[in-house]
Amino acid sequence: MRRNAVAVVGAAETTELGVIPNMSQIQLHADAALNAIKDAGLKLSDIDGIATAVETPQQIAHYLGITPTWVDGTSVGGCSFMLHVRHAAAAIEAGLCKTVLITHAESGKSMIGKLPRSIPADSLQGQFEAPYGVYGPPSMFPIPVLRYMKTHGITHEQIASVAVFQREWAAKNPRAMMKAPITVEDVLNSKMIAYPFRILQCCLVTDGGGALILTSADRAKDFPNKPVYILGTGESVETPMVSQMETFDSSRAFRVAGPTAFQEAGITHKDVDHLMIYDAFAHLPLYGLGDLGFMPHEETGKFIADGNTRPGGKLPMNTNGGGLSYMHSGMYGMYALQESVRQMRGIAPAQVEGAKISVCHGVGGMFAASGTVIFTNEA
Amino acid sequence: MAEPARARPKPTPETQHYWDGAKAGELRLQRCDDCSNVYFPPRPFCPGCASRKVSVFKASGKGILYSYVINHRPAAPGFTPPYAIAVVELDEGPRLMSSIIDCPQTPEALELDMKLEVAFEKLDDAITLPVFRPAKG
Repeated sequence: MRRNAVAVVGAAETTELGVIPNMSQIQLHADAALNAIKDAGLKLSDIDGIATAVETPQQIAHYLGITPTWVDGTSVGGCSFMLHVRHAAAAIEAGLCKTVLITHAESGKSMIGKLPRSIPADSLQGQFEAPYGVYGPPSMFPIPVLRYMKTHGITHEQIASVAVFQREWAAKNPRAMMKAPITVEDVLNSKMIAYPFRILQCCLVTDGGGALILTSADRAKDFPNKPVYILGTGESVETPMVSQMETFDSSRAFRVAGPTAFQEAGITHKDVDHLMIYDAFAHLPLYGLGDLGFMPHEETGKFIADGNTRPGGKLPMNTNGGGLSYMHSGMYGMYALQESVRQMRGIAPAQVEGAKISVCHGVGGMFAASGTVIFTNEA
Repeated sequence: MAEPARARPKPTPETQHYWDGAKAGELRLQRCDDCSNVYFPPRPFCPGCASRKVSVFKASGKGILYSYVINHRPAAPGFTPPYAIAVVELDEGPRLMSSIIDCPQTPEALELDMKLEVAFEKLDDAITLPVFRPAKG
């Protein structure tokens, strides 16, 4: 894909984030979509491409009154929206559509108009994982981490520091759910969820949504807000069964998606001014730093614990507070993308001064899937 | 409202041999007749080379503790927390999720790389689950 051929020209989250008991899941999609359309100065009738996950594209298109010529219902977990950006950019370049709306919303806390997630007893997960007591992401996502720690020499304190520093970012963000400062000791003494992880190492559970609007870069200059260009993208999937990953020392989906995006963008790690690594749980930023090639896995824990990703550090990461402290409605990838766009527009609550390149890396369905989008604000 | 039931596997045509094996007190794996690849979960072809010539064999039942969590909350229906959810690396190569029995469910007792051996836990007349315990001797 050509660099900078497609741009984000509209971006918004739902009017409220957190606990939203007066709105169903589909209305949260609509609220985010209408906010993004307003942000872009467009009308609903301008949208000719639609992508969404969990809810179907036909559901969202019909609810909003959109007649698309291109649809994408890729639903691979929380990074689905990174994949949507990649697919939308290719579709726009190929002339399949001109203006794409990507929506996410989840009534993750209030559970209004949300289908329950269930695992069929005759699926492979239903036969070979569910009978051993896995019950939702907190019991599954951290399963690899003890092996990762042993292989790479990572300590409990280093992983706890992920939550501490993201709370520092969240404190700068009026829309973050959790802002009170915490220490490594607080993290390691918080309520046990699934050893080795405690509640402060697990994401929040909230309601909310977000939407993006993409169009070709040659049209992007006519929009009210500063365009944010797509510099490079990558995607992959591995396995829906966490027990069947090829190794716990690393994520194969990360190792494909991340480097593909870097190669397409034509940048090196030194060029990265701002980084988002989807943090459903506190170990994910370590996997991301290693698998995206920022450093060997052995150095990821120390790098974070030494403060390199905290406010004022040399690699600002998860600057909205992340899934651990900002919000997490179930599929957090959209909020990571929103923060990258805000940083590239120069309007983030904790703005990284002069940032020109933002890497946004997502994970989905435990380590089942991955998507990476690299943005720039320079045409 | 009735208590939700413990998750119970429902075999498919491709996995029936595995569950029949467990019921008979055997851990069964599959090996490719063409490239010798041993793989899991069950399927009637080799995910390494795509050959449909594969055989079922009785595995040694020996392995090591590859990784785990000790789940505290929320607990799955039918489980009393805290309980370990483990991934076992079999001597033959494949890994599978399992429970660790006859062992305290604590970080001190559950040491990575400890040797394990298969045991069988009968859920009901149709389904027996392979589980693992610390290897004797």
